[in-house]
Amino acid sequence: MTLPPAFLAPGSSSFAEFLAAHDPTLLPNGRDLPAGQVLGAPHGTTIVSVTYPGGVVMAGDRRATMGNVIAQRDIEKVFPADESSCVGIAGTAGLAVEMVRLFQVELEHYEKIEGASLSLDGKANRLSTLLRGNLGLAMQGLAVVPMFAGYDAETGTGRIFSYDVTGGRYEEHRHHGVGSGSIFSRGALKKLWREDLSATEAVTVAVESLYDAADDDSATGGPDLARGILPVVAMVDADGYRRLPESELDPLVRSVVQARQQRPDGPVAPLG
Amino acid sequence: MSMPFYVSPEQVIKDKADYARKGIARGRSVVVMQYAGGLLFVAENPSRALHKISEIYDRIAFAAVGKYNEFENLRVAGVRLADLRGYSYDRRDVTGRSLANAYAQTLGTIFTETQKPYEVEIVVAEVGDSPHEDQLYRLTFDGSVGDEHGFVAMGGQADQITTALADAWHDAMPLEEAVRLAVDQLAQTPAGNGGGEPRTLTPAQLEVAVLDRDRPRRKFRRITGGRLAELLGTEDDSDDAAGEPE
Repeated sequence: MTLPPAFLAPGSSSFAEFLAAHDPTLLPNGRDLPAGQVLGAPHGTTIVSVTYPGGVVMAGDRRATMGNVIAQRDIEKVFPADESSCVGIAGTAGLAVEMVRLFQVELEHYEKIEGASLSLDGKANRLSTLLRGNLGLAMQGLAVVPMFAGYDAETGTGRIFSYDVTGGRYEEHRHHGVGSGSIFSRGALKKLWREDLSATEAVTVAVESLYDAADDDSATGGPDLARGILPVVAMVDADGYRRLPESELDPLVRSVVQARQQRPDGPVAPLG
Repeated sequence: MSMPFYVSPEQVIKDKADYARKGIARGRSVVVMQYAGGLLFVAENPSRALHKISEIYDRIAFAAVGKYNEFENLRVAGVRLADLRGYSYDRRDVTGRSLANAYAQTLGTIFTETQKPYEVEIVVAEVGDSPHEDQLYRLTFDGSVGDEHGFVAMGGQADQITTALADAWHDAMPLEEAVRLAVDQLAQTPAGNGGGEPRTLTPAQLEVAVLDRDRPRRKFRRITGGRLAELLGTEDDSDDAAGEPE
């Protein structure tokens, strides 16, 4: 096969732009849907992010729902975006997972073509552009709501970005949650977050807040110890992206669950 | 109106080939070789920004000599092809063989159908799980592909280096030995076509990278600055380097 001219054309270092020009059907939004239909596709639910000095933790529950049915109980919704950032997704699972795949290729493609990584803000903006292309589908009920977090080498801190369905990009400070259970998890995050959290404490805060989300939102799954299904927890710091292995996560989740058996509402935040 | 002279197809092809060969021989050489931990790439290249050696995909890298704008064009096309294939199928379905084929077809078409052939020679290298599965494809300006074993030298005084490597190269060389061998060979051949004494190449004049078999997923890694100086047993002088690739 001779390489088609599009491959040899000078220009963009964006993979998504190349796809749009060469083979738009491969884009997550590269299809037209008949108007007025709302599909019953699986939805992913709650993702939380917690910063700590020098990094950020992102965690997601494992449930996907389709109406009142649990579509999948061990879905993964937190992914590495590249070596120094991660992305979590809520909303229509099929489209969201495909968008994450495209986003991962987009970042790596840029890095290979340009010989340098995008800045953290540049990456956050690229995700915004990908999301904007999905607006038509979002209006038909297939919304994707990602959350992006990464380590910013310039400031030496972890940063969190949230998005709306139109592609609006907002930097969040300290902590944030998205998805159906996020109202409950955000409440928990507010009470548990402190400025001087260690990385392990930040993971505990994230797991506690997901527990609270699962407690009050039927679409969010709590830790399923019977099946050994734990939340996905990733952390990004100066050393890069790292997904917490089960060996580290399991004791931590168990102690949270055990504490809830003494006090189902979770730890008490001091007054004043 | 005057009639154009008749030029035989043989003559046209020969002229184009001579033209391309001259262009490629003007530059400096690149050496690609197997070592114990994977595949090693060494180029004489004073530029920090304009690379002759690049990552294409998880296990695949690209090395080139000749005209920068032409091989850069091919490199970008290769990254696009690999990323497209990996995105629409799976990462494991991206292979050096299919990339080498696409380059061969493309170079062949450019050579026969355009006035000016590409003045480039490239290597597509893929590191396997074991040394037997490593693949080295050498592609020339007219689209010919060669499946090489052990080592490849191209550009500049490539023949001289190939002869020397045939004696000195052996299986499973440690990284340090392999880097020194490659750099010694590049230093033996003076830049350009002129004669001259062997030189000493410093880290700032070299572009070195590996496809490291033991790394997870993305196996390509550049070796620069202090690490390179350490391998060569010299001082790191890479801060005061700048220039154009030749």
